[in-house]
Amino acid sequence: MADLGRAALLLSFALVAYALVGGSLAAWKRRRRLAFSAQNALVASFATTLVASIVLWIALWRRDLSFVYVAQHTSRSLPLGYALSAFWGGQEGSLLLWLLILTGYASLAVLLNRRSRELIAWTVPVLGGIAVFFALMLCFVSSPFTTAAAPADGAGMVPSLQNPYMLAHPPMLYLGYVGLTIPFAFAMGALLARRTDERWIVATRRWTLAAWTFLGVGQLLGAHWAYVEIGWGGYYAWDPVENAALMPWLAATAFLHSVMIQEKRGMLKIWNVTLVSLAFCLSVFGTFLTRSGVINSIHSFSQSSLGGWFLGFIVVVTVFSVALIYVRLPLLRTKTKLESLVSREATFLYNNLLLVALALTILWGVVYPLLTQAVNGETRSVSKPYYDFFLHSFGLPLLLLMGIGPLVAWRRASLRALGKTFAVPAAVSVVTGAVLLGLGFGSSPPGLLAYTFSAFVAASIALEFVRGRSATGSLRRLVARNRRRYGGYIVHAAIVLLAIGIAGSSAYQTIRERSLQRGQSMQAAGYTLTYESLETRQLQNAQQTSAVINVSRSGSHVTTLHPGKSWFPVEQSASNDVSIYHDPRSLGDVYTIADGISKNGTLDLKVLVKPLVNLVWAAGFVFVFGSLVAMWPDAVEQRKLADRYAAVPV
Amino acid sequence: MTLALVLGGILAVFVVVAVARPFLREPAPLSDALDEPGELERRRLSLAEERDRALAALKELEFDHRTGKVSDEDYRRLVGPLRRRAAEALRALEPRAEARHARVARPG
Repeated sequence: MADLGRAALLLSFALVAYALVGGSLAAWKRRRRLAFSAQNALVASFATTLVASIVLWIALWRRDLSFVYVAQHTSRSLPLGYALSAFWGGQEGSLLLWLLILTGYASLAVLLNRRSRELIAWTVPVLGGIAVFFALMLCFVSSPFTTAAAPADGAGMVPSLQNPYMLAHPPMLYLGYVGLTIPFAFAMGALLARRTDERWIVATRRWTLAAWTFLGVGQLLGAHWAYVEIGWGGYYAWDPVENAALMPWLAATAFLHSVMIQEKRGMLKIWNVTLVSLAFCLSVFGTFLTRSGVINSIHSFSQSSLGGWFLGFIVVVTVFSVALIYVRLPLLRTKTKLESLVSREATFLYNNLLLVALALTILWGVVYPLLTQAVNGETRSVSKPYYDFFLHSFGLPLLLLMGIGPLVAWRRASLRALGKTFAVPAAVSVVTGAVLLGLGFGSSPPGLLAYTFSAFVAASIALEFVRGRSATGSLRRLVARNRRRYGGYIVHAAIVLLAIGIAGSSAYQTIRERSLQRGQSMQAAGYTLTYESLETRQLQNAQQTSAVINVSRSGSHVTTLHPGKSWFPVEQSASNDVSIYHDPRSLGDVYTIADGISKNGTLDLKVLVKPLVNLVWAAGFVFVFGSLVAMWPDAVEQRKLADRYAAVPV
Repeated sequence: MTLALVLGGILAVFVVVAVARPFLREPAPLSDALDEPGELERRRLSLAEERDRALAALKELEFDHRTGKVSDEDYRRLVGPLRRRAAEALRALEPRAEARHARVARPG
């Protein structure tokens, strides 16, 4: 079977190399049949990569330990679901997943855009070029199909990866990372074809939204995994690999906003191609960080020699895109100017600057250890205060802008109109701020600001829906007529929930730690936790020891929690098993960690009471709903676009 | 091993046929040139985009006015230039469309 996998990957490499070389020649020399042939090669590369992927999945399913990859990442006792998820648990499998998704996306993009012959002719070689890198790595540098004499058992899987979230979190992130390839390839294809019209934006609008949604959901799933699995009590630690997913998401968020200005006003063409290139480069950088192990991270499950290759690829992509944008600058310049600094497009611009500034400061924090190592020979890193400072400096104004933007008209807004539209949201936020201050929330100024701004944004979104409904007569008609706008507002509502959840669970959380003997109790934010006893259970591939904790409030029993630890004999490793009570009244959690369980039964218990933390997860559902509303096909718009491009089939 | 070889062989044949298909379907086409928009078509596309942009801006302005985001005074000031822009884009497209239709009607 390994031979079939290797052969399929070699075919993939040959096909994408053909798409790159043949596609470039076809677009340059304007040869129709060669262009179609290159497109077919790209589509066929998905079939061959799928065959290679199926081979690896079968090997994982059968625990065929003669595959070195399977032996390194699974064991005979590992449950089947986790064994299959080992596909993306290691470097070689992750690269294969990248190539599988990339060729799948590329095939779909080709099939959906075959009518745009000129644009797709130039886009195919760009897609082929990117795929060549990953196919090259898989065929000649880091193959998942290397075989050796099968050991008696495999090395198993890192215990923290043995979590149901690992079945969805990495693929979701990869769907996002790789999805950003499509808008990048179309943007570069348009520039190569000297096309400065909006065709590439129309072709990739939903791709960008989908990739951005996947990336957002992937991060939230990852945050929840960290929350329930890693056992430190939080969900985001500014870990380099977490940041690696956040940076392209921020750049893509900026792009999704600024591209609307190009569509509506014909402005910001240079900025948009720059942003889409930045988002793609950051997504490749994210993969590099995750897989190279170059920076210490809770996600660095393996060290590898791929770092140099990835850095080289990032340099090539950056130089290529910067050079192409520079060469095409005369075509991209537009005569349209910003009419007023108080307009919707101006607020989008401010939002863009803040998003990009936040992404770049995070990037600086991520690469700082590498730079200090290269310059001084000693690794220094920035920590939470650095990131928190910039999150407050850029994130809070961004939150406020989310409320201001929808209230401001396109082109120009007069002070009188602004006064009228701002009155209600401003009053709501001032009252909210004053009430919260009175209730003692001033202990954390950033938290208080986050709540006050969130109230402003929530009020402005509600006002938009109310006014829009009274103008159109029906909420359904209102949303159906402008899905992108109202889908966007729903996503903004999700960000408000996220901001409230983050502020509540970090700025206003309570943390208590104590060593307890059986029968002893401790207090935390109104809860009493009593250590009752210890339990031991044998799981399929681990032995679990957990404490029985009785939780009560005001003398009434609330729940029983079981924080503990699991020992994985194959992996020779232990993991924390946290136990959480979700309080429906405060929308918060009582989060317990067994930091230590000694042989005499003494329990080192850590308790965190995190108000409103469940809003963070609820935000995920609202986010997906809003994204789906924005992505949903609009028949009127489709007809309009079909009419626009019917006369010019390019 | 044999199964892998057979499957690999089938896969190789499939990809070769897929890649060669455009040449197999049209061994000697009258023209192998890839469509390329001429200057006139590029201009038409640009005008069509301008028309859609102007019409969308008008629609947006009407909606913002109805929802109170744009005052009556601002509306009166902004609507004129937008209507002019939309009309200009429509006019610029119209003669060309007629000319194109005429060419189609009288081939050669």
